[in-house]
Amino acid sequence: MTNYLVKGAKPYGGEAADILIKDGRIAAIGDSLPVTGAEVIEADGLIALPGLVDLHTHLREPGREDAETVETGSRAAALGGFTAVHAMANTDPVADTAGVVEQVWRLGQEAGLVDVVPVGAVTVGLAGERLAELGAMADSAARVRVFSDDGHCVADPALMRRALEYVKAFDGVVAQHAEEPRLTVGAQMHEGDRSARLGLTGWPAAAEEAIIARDVLLAEHVGARLHVCHVSTAGSVEILRWAKSRGVRVTAEVTPHHLLLTDACAESYDPVFKVNPPLRTDADVEALRAGLADGTIDAVGTDHAPHAVEDKESEWAQARPGMLGLEQALSVVIETMVEPGRLDWAGVADRMSVRPAAIGRLGEHGRPITAGEPANLVLVDPTARATVDPAALASRSRNSPYAGRELPGRVVATFLRGVPTVLDGKAQK
Amino acid sequence: MKRHLLDATDLDRADATLVLDTAAQIEQALAGREVKKLPTLRGRTVVNLFYEDSTRTRISFELAAKRLSADVINFSAKGSSVSKGESLKDTALTLEAMGADAVVIRHAASGAPHRLASWVKGSVVNAGDGTHEHPTQALLDAYTVRQRLGRLEGVRVTIVGDVLHSRVARSNVGLLHTLGAEVTLVAPPTLLPVGVGSWPAEVTYDLDAVLPKSDVVMMLRVQAERMNASFFPSAREYSRRYGLDGRRMAALPDDAIVMHPGPMNRGMEIAADVADSVRSTIVEQVANGVSTRMAVLYLLLGGSPA
Repeated sequence: MTNYLVKGAKPYGGEAADILIKDGRIAAIGDSLPVTGAEVIEADGLIALPGLVDLHTHLREPGREDAETVETGSRAAALGGFTAVHAMANTDPVADTAGVVEQVWRLGQEAGLVDVVPVGAVTVGLAGERLAELGAMADSAARVRVFSDDGHCVADPALMRRALEYVKAFDGVVAQHAEEPRLTVGAQMHEGDRSARLGLTGWPAAAEEAIIARDVLLAEHVGARLHVCHVSTAGSVEILRWAKSRGVRVTAEVTPHHLLLTDACAESYDPVFKVNPPLRTDADVEALRAGLADGTIDAVGTDHAPHAVEDKESEWAQARPGMLGLEQALSVVIETMVEPGRLDWAGVADRMSVRPAAIGRLGEHGRPITAGEPANLVLVDPTARATVDPAALASRSRNSPYAGRELPGRVVATFLRGVPTVLDGKAQK
Repeated sequence: MKRHLLDATDLDRADATLVLDTAAQIEQALAGREVKKLPTLRGRTVVNLFYEDSTRTRISFELAAKRLSADVINFSAKGSSVSKGESLKDTALTLEAMGADAVVIRHAASGAPHRLASWVKGSVVNAGDGTHEHPTQALLDAYTVRQRLGRLEGVRVTIVGDVLHSRVARSNVGLLHTLGAEVTLVAPPTLLPVGVGSWPAEVTYDLDAVLPKSDVVMMLRVQAERMNASFFPSAREYSRRYGLDGRRMAALPDDAIVMHPGPMNRGMEIAADVADSVRSTIVEQVANGVSTRMAVLYLLLGGSPA
């Protein structure tokens, strides 16, 4: 196994230091470490962060390998600086059994670019009617700890209560896609002035907020862990802040696109901007940034949702919701949080690695950059800027909402347990 | 004029007035003729691409194009390659390859004409998209008001009914505002969109209060499916509170007119005697639809006004 000496990187943006990576671990960290038997990686001016962890990735395999595979999605993740991703359960077949989650986990192992951590479905077939075999998935080789019907809300309050209670047996967490379905029938975009003008049925903020309010009360009542997926409204942030102040065991994530884009994007009727939950208003974006800055929102989750061209190059109403996110997530966080001074690099490490790893109970990720820890690392050039070219993305799909947009930051290298998955900005597999 | 007519709000006051004036000129030019046809678009091809059934609108556009001597192709999504799964983009590229100079599109999805416009070189005319817009309906309505009342500036127009789902209402609010009319929307709160307060219109729930101050009352069709979806308690209650009957019509000023984009639910949003009264412009609206659509095709494809 090759050893690496990363010279002059700044862990968490602090003082420059050398990082010696040996046998998959950080062997030493300090000034001017001797180069003995290690390959040198010059890292002057680069920021070193613990490898990023995504709580919310759609890898589409099994079922829609034309849109993404575990391997192509893993490559996109590594290029985005991730060392672990949670693969959502809405595949075909649905990841609602030990067999399917083990299949996804093994495909991730074979690709070897990031740790692919399957999310198990809460209910059989995501149908919202009866619990899937949550315990079997937890006991499987995939060791599932995050359960979600993402794409669908567990709308039945009694079933949601049971799920929250049941996963306590193996320290699991239910990750809720908060959407009261009766309030979003036919919904196409955020409900507001623009939806009224564009003639697209609205998705009211209250449909998200009502479910979050309900679920935090249930989580409090049964003393369980609740995670809220892709929070998108100012009201949701307020409810989470209130819940946390009461000591409810709730965590939440926000997507990069909800930190940057607004419902104004829908004016073009270009379905690349159609996503669920929808892009919201300037005021919501501001509240989300504030919530991520003060820790009310724990994590950035990409909701990376690849779609084949024919599923997006259509009328708005016919298009599938979702957009790519893995490769530009860090850049968007730099643009929306770091450059405006709302989050320092330690904060980025916390929201994009430490906390998501803790929520997913991933022992080897989100660890401090200190000697003895697993060498899951990312090196970032914060001064680079590049225009996003969808044709150049590693994902098998092209539905990037950032096409043509200049974004800051470049992932120079990613290490998974000491093995470079990305070097000089290029995937190594 | 721009290359496409996608939204009524694409038209500024000068362009909208130009369409109405051109429609009037076309009507005049054809008035004395035995053969009601102009040679302007000879050799040009207009495609009526209808993804949604609408015999009235399709015939109106077809007649408009034919009266300008264009070749007309009617393409209905039913029974076509579309029903076999062909995408809008592929259909657009096929039409493009066949040399369509203009595509008139009716589609159930809001924004479909905007997507089409990004894929074809010819002009796109929105003949109604989802719950978004129906700009030629607004133009023919404005034409009809101007013809009856002699002006649009300062005219008080009350639009009544299902504003939430109505592309006719959206287009009319925008265009009538552009042309200087004062618009009031009347509906139960369940049938008004969130954000309607930002539209250039007054909003009220009380039809009786606004009738004496209305020069024009435009009744919107109530779709049968709304009656079963709790937008209002019952058809009977809706009709009582928001229907235009003879008693309500009597509250209008003497020269006020009654409009409806059709097809009507007689006895629901409009009483039969109101629909057939001398105040009603419903038949004129149909006739004016042809001359207004001729004006639109003429200006988009034929160049400068006559």
